[in-house]
Amino acid sequence: PFRNLIQAPEHSFPVVLIIIALYVKEGDTVSQFDSICEVQSDKASVTITSRYDGVIKKLYYNLDDIAYVGKPLVDIETEALKDSEEDVVETPAVSHDEHTHQEIKGQKTLATPAVRRLAMENNIKLSEVVGSGKDGRILKEDILNYLEKQTGAILPPSPKAEIMLPPPKPQDRTIPIPISKPLVFTGQDRTEPIKGFHKAMVKTMSATLKIPHFGYCDEVDLTELVKLREELKPIAFARGVKLSFMPFFLKAASLGLLQFPILNASVDENCQNITYKASHNIGIAMDTEQGLIVPNVKNVQICSVFEIAAELNRLQKLGSAGQLGTTDLTGGTFTLSNIGSIGGTYAKPMIVPPEVAIGALGSIKALPRFNEKGEVYKAQIMNVSWSADHRIIDGATMSRFSNLWKSYLENPAFMLLDLK
Amino acid sequence: MLIPFSTKNCFQLLYNLKVPAAGFKNTVKSGLILQSISNDVYQNLAVEDWIHDHMNLEGKPVLFLWRNSPSVVIGRHQNPWRECNLNLMREEGIKLARRRSGGGTVYHDMGNINLTFFTTKKKYDRMENLKLVVRALNAVQPQLDVQATKRFDLLLDGQFKISGTASKIGRTTAYHHCTLLCSTDGTFLSSMLKSPYQGIRSNATASIPALVKNLLEKDPTLTCEVLMNAIAAEYAAYHQIDNHINLINPTDETLFPGINSKAKELQTWEWLYGKTPKFSIDTSFNVLYGQSHLEIRVFIDIKNGRIEICNIKAPDHWLPLEICDKLNSSFIGSKFCPIETTMLINILRRTSPEDDELHSKWNILCEKIKGIM
Repeated sequence: PFRNLIQAPEHSFPVVLIIIALYVKEGDTVSQFDSICEVQSDKASVTITSRYDGVIKKLYYNLDDIAYVGKPLVDIETEALKDSEEDVVETPAVSHDEHTHQEIKGQKTLATPAVRRLAMENNIKLSEVVGSGKDGRILKEDILNYLEKQTGAILPPSPKAEIMLPPPKPQDRTIPIPISKPLVFTGQDRTEPIKGFHKAMVKTMSATLKIPHFGYCDEVDLTELVKLREELKPIAFARGVKLSFMPFFLKAASLGLLQFPILNASVDENCQNITYKASHNIGIAMDTEQGLIVPNVKNVQICSVFEIAAELNRLQKLGSAGQLGTTDLTGGTFTLSNIGSIGGTYAKPMIVPPEVAIGALGSIKALPRFNEKGEVYKAQIMNVSWSADHRIIDGATMSRFSNLWKSYLENPAFMLLDLK
Repeated sequence: MLIPFSTKNCFQLLYNLKVPAAGFKNTVKSGLILQSISNDVYQNLAVEDWIHDHMNLEGKPVLFLWRNSPSVVIGRHQNPWRECNLNLMREEGIKLARRRSGGGTVYHDMGNINLTFFTTKKKYDRMENLKLVVRALNAVQPQLDVQATKRFDLLLDGQFKISGTASKIGRTTAYHHCTLLCSTDGTFLSSMLKSPYQGIRSNATASIPALVKNLLEKDPTLTCEVLMNAIAAEYAAYHQIDNHINLINPTDETLFPGINSKAKELQTWEWLYGKTPKFSIDTSFNVLYGQSHLEIRVFIDIKNGRIEICNIKAPDHWLPLEICDKLNSSFIGSKFCPIETTMLINILRRTSPEDDELHSKWNILCEKIKGIM
């Protein structure tokens, strides 16, 4: 036998209840049958509903409090009648339920608020209605019977009353003319403080804003790469790796960074010193449930395209499970954002400090282009949008890097020449 | 929102299921037996919610049979950090679920049967249901010594707990559900239900450990299939209905309109962790510094699953006070969650001065803090 299999709570006194959920607060309007709260009583979770229509005047408990049977739970103020006509005043209706104890303040009548409202809506004096309930209490049926006698018709019941009504008699039914109501939008604005992770994002973005960004965009013809990938996909799959376009983009970027190492650098806060990073730890912006997360592939400069693909698979799997470790998330030197996987053509990516450059890849679209012979062909076009820190990187550098990167991708065979 | 949806409508929809015509006579008078074809704990809990909210059980009680792939299910008012090993569960891919009924924590796998008895509030009677289960067990194995206790547990041979109970009572309907241990993986569950988290102070409902045993260990003929059929048969006999188990698909929106959004809600962070009653943590961890160990004290107050007060105290010579303060204030309002913590510390690192020693300290701190979540 083994321990700790099924466990039970320690509370064993049925009269002690814990408020485990609160659905109303003071000032709220409630209707009969609305849920007020949920209490836990020795393994049972019980929902307590309102017996009346009205406004919550006082809540005797907060969430997680211990509640006691027999003590007040909530004070509900029922609506007072608008007319100054006398109403039948009676001793307060106090309920001694097993689990709830509700007190009503305000006008006390021989009818529930729902019944009183129905009478008011139809301009009926309660004193003229004969109550058929206990102690002469006026019920909904009494109001309707009274009306029937007066007008010879049965009014369509209000939605809440539907539960208690006897079925209408078909021959007496007259359908009232529907009144059109103006459309009312009751949505409300909601303000909440920015906290936690989002607050931290605000901090990062503020730091990013200090960097003067300049943008550079270009179009890349991936027709050849698309063909190449189709060939290589099954081989990678046979080795257990899913091959997307990203490994090619990363490797080409790394080859470019070898020629333009300033793009793989880092500047300190006051832009006094620049550090040329030896490793190409290229980050991939990933969209997860928590938000944007940027894990990076380490040392792309010594990885083969296949190795990069395998590593991306690993990071993607961890990313969706929310299990990316600190090592994967730190030490990045350059970032590529694949926003194109969601959509879009152009972007203005924001640099992730302490890096100095970032590229955003648009989606790959089939578009008509001209070849060297001047003929139109179906090309696979992707747009890239680069942003770089203009304090240390100039337009010419960015342009040359982009051209080199582009040439590797447009002629994949060219990559072979410079592959390390 | 209450959608009036009587059992009669449900039947008509069930008629459309591929049910063998032979066993299907028009005799479902006063009761219904359902069995889920899904082993997803969230989908199955959603079925309970759906039946509780939408079915009119007047004169037509329902028995629902279900099993789940490995999951830990905590009660409505419990604290998952205190009840189970969340880190281990994440590693092993074991799901965490919070049910809507009260009570304690349970481990589910395919060797555990879940039974839910749906009735009107008036007909709610847990002891009646448990007696029915005992009769079913004895019908299969007359020598079996199973008894219901005053706390609605089922004990085997007077000492081993084989079933625990919880329930939910609404305005007009109620349900009582209980587990039944047939062939659950004992070592696995012991490790999952042992919390490694120290220093938690909370008013949440605590679970009571119990000595347990699988029915299969007592008698190899008592498999899940055998027992589910026996209980269904006993239920059918008791309510004088046709002994027919209706298989249901908890993702079928035509049968259960709105059920997929119920299942989704049960998986949200806000439900699973955010509903934890407020608690505080008072603990510490050690970091290696040169040749010695440094103690870092941690005081955190958590409400609705989010950090309200954060006081991580590291010695000033290891981590400068202003950096510690920055860390503490950044955590306020953040979810008490390792994923969000990773992202937060990551972002803090980016906006801090570049200093390798400091960065490695950030890393160490990050891993340690995540460890207590």
